[in-house]
Amino acid sequence: MSSESNKGASQPKRILTTGNYACAEAAIAVGCRYFGGYPITPSSEIAAYMSRRLPQVDGTFVQMEDELASIVSVVGASYAGAKAMTATSGPGLCLMSETVGLAFMLEAPLVIVTVMRGGPSTGQPTKASQSDVMQTRYLSHGDYEMIVLAPGSVQECYDFTIRAFNLAEKYRTPVIVATDGIVGQMMEPVVYHSDFEIIDRKAPQVPPEKYKPFEVIDDDLVPGMAVAGSEYNFYVTGLTHDFNGSPDMTPERAVSLITRLSDKIRKARPEINDWEEQHLKGAKTVILSYGINSRGTPETVERLRQEGHKIGFVRLKTLWPFPDELMERLGKMGVKKVIVSEMNYGQVIREVERFRHLGFEVSGILIPTTIPFSPDFIYEKVKKEI
Amino acid sequence: MTTSNDSIPSDISDDYPEDHPLHGRLNLDRFIFCPGCLIGTAITSITSCLVERGLTSKEYAIVSGIGCTGRSSGCFKAPAFHATHGRAIPFATGLKLANPELEVFVLSGDGDLFAIGGNHFIHACRRNVEINVLCNNNGIYGMTGGQVAPTTAIGDYTSTSPFGNIEPPFNLVSLAAASGASYVARWPGYDVLRLKKSIFAAMDNPGFSFIEVLAPCFTQLGRKNKLGDAVGMLDWLKKQVVIKTDCPPQDAIYSREKQKIICGEFVNSPREGFTQKLQKLREVAQSKKR
Repeated sequence: MSSESNKGASQPKRILTTGNYACAEAAIAVGCRYFGGYPITPSSEIAAYMSRRLPQVDGTFVQMEDELASIVSVVGASYAGAKAMTATSGPGLCLMSETVGLAFMLEAPLVIVTVMRGGPSTGQPTKASQSDVMQTRYLSHGDYEMIVLAPGSVQECYDFTIRAFNLAEKYRTPVIVATDGIVGQMMEPVVYHSDFEIIDRKAPQVPPEKYKPFEVIDDDLVPGMAVAGSEYNFYVTGLTHDFNGSPDMTPERAVSLITRLSDKIRKARPEINDWEEQHLKGAKTVILSYGINSRGTPETVERLRQEGHKIGFVRLKTLWPFPDELMERLGKMGVKKVIVSEMNYGQVIREVERFRHLGFEVSGILIPTTIPFSPDFIYEKVKKEI
Repeated sequence: MTTSNDSIPSDISDDYPEDHPLHGRLNLDRFIFCPGCLIGTAITSITSCLVERGLTSKEYAIVSGIGCTGRSSGCFKAPAFHATHGRAIPFATGLKLANPELEVFVLSGDGDLFAIGGNHFIHACRRNVEINVLCNNNGIYGMTGGQVAPTTAIGDYTSTSPFGNIEPPFNLVSLAAASGASYVARWPGYDVLRLKKSIFAAMDNPGFSFIEVLAPCFTQLGRKNKLGDAVGMLDWLKKQVVIKTDCPPQDAIYSREKQKIICGEFVNSPREGFTQKLQKLREVAQSKKR
């Protein structure tokens, strides 16, 4: 375990470590001081690392009795003022779904790292997968928006976990970092930066006697957040509620609350969404991938370009909210075909297909396997398509 | 005099008069309970104890789950949380661990805490996290329409046991004690003086405290089993209650057949609480170079 120093996160540090450890160390660096979790392969190293690191920085690690309790305790800790997180994998994320809905309704900032493995059910605990993309989006019942980041390297596990906390705090919403069994457990050189921005949640903007927990003052639709232990009194409920937190079962309130909560994220899409692009200029075909499965694609693209094909590459760094702007950009740039390459039986491709009217065909390399596609494999598949 | 809810008559205030000890502590307009229900008594008992201890709302927090008693958290003018069904205890655990200075109360029902939330209850007892859990036990699911609960007596008619309940109920006192709770008591909800004394004892206990409050549901259980109206069920309960001192928790009879419910303080064995242990663990972690 590579935790011996970096306690105050002062100097950037280059080390060799795993994605799971990088997620955990990033959380410490950005100020996470509460972790409630439950062991599950292939995420367990995050809990183990936090159990060692958090007490060193006056934080709290607790192994709860199940994932239901883990995520609820994280919401509680968030409302006591802590930056808080949990980590799990698909089956555990299933159990957390109800409380992700609660966290969205209570506007509780928190981070969940889910290390994707093969499913459904117990599936393939020790293997990688990208089959939980839709799970991360539609965990809870009801209308809501999720922010989901997809690291493809150990470095990105560190960087994206920091960003996840900042987004959670800024928009007062749960944020998921969706890694996978390979990124989580493989070792790579990584730089632990220390000069990054740290965003803290918006404090109440009025004195206690005037405070209403869900009253929005700013254009960003994010209300100031009071926490337990302060001068502020407030009541928060998963029931549809008015500005004061009081349950309100009128259709008008359902509309105003749900649209405000969702629009808070939708409006921020240009700031939240992030992707990498290569050789888009003049490209007629674009391969779209993300996470661990994007690692082999650039080599394939270079090889095809050397053969004279007009082909480019985009890699999603954020999966949700879906980057509609990227699709519009591909349409405007005259792309004629988007090939979605993912380690599942077709998930992100459904989103891309929504944009066929922009003038590009959509096809997929969609295999619910546990091994990322090699450059040769992608080459053979793409070659048949162009 | 103002009200924040149109359904409340304008001559009823949402707060007590200024000279009342509980003035400024409760949202009376959020008392949605059936007239005569003892949930209100539990709410005011907790609040009285907090006020008498001189605690302001920045020093405490209230958590409830889902159901009739689940709606109790909204009645407190304090940081108050209406969690998901069954999850009040882990929510309260997160609050307490992230801010150990808080006096944290969970007030929820028997279905919430012991059916869907049963696993969290036993682990919180074992962990001895310093929260105070009050269970309003009415032996039935009230809000959802009177379904059978893990606390319903054998033979009782409910909307999901139309031919009489065939499952034996939990004895919550024995369950809490066996799971490791360091303070365990049971009181009839009408016995406010003993209940308050017990709430003070729970606050004094540096660990997990559990108080079962017997709060009959005349609207659902009473009506379906011809046990009486609000006052009639209090008489019905009173006839069964036997208050005992120094009764071991395994002998805390809770039996409809015997028409006997033993009430009292069954466990008061303080041991080091979880947040104290966590603090010691931090000191160990910070002294060792690993």
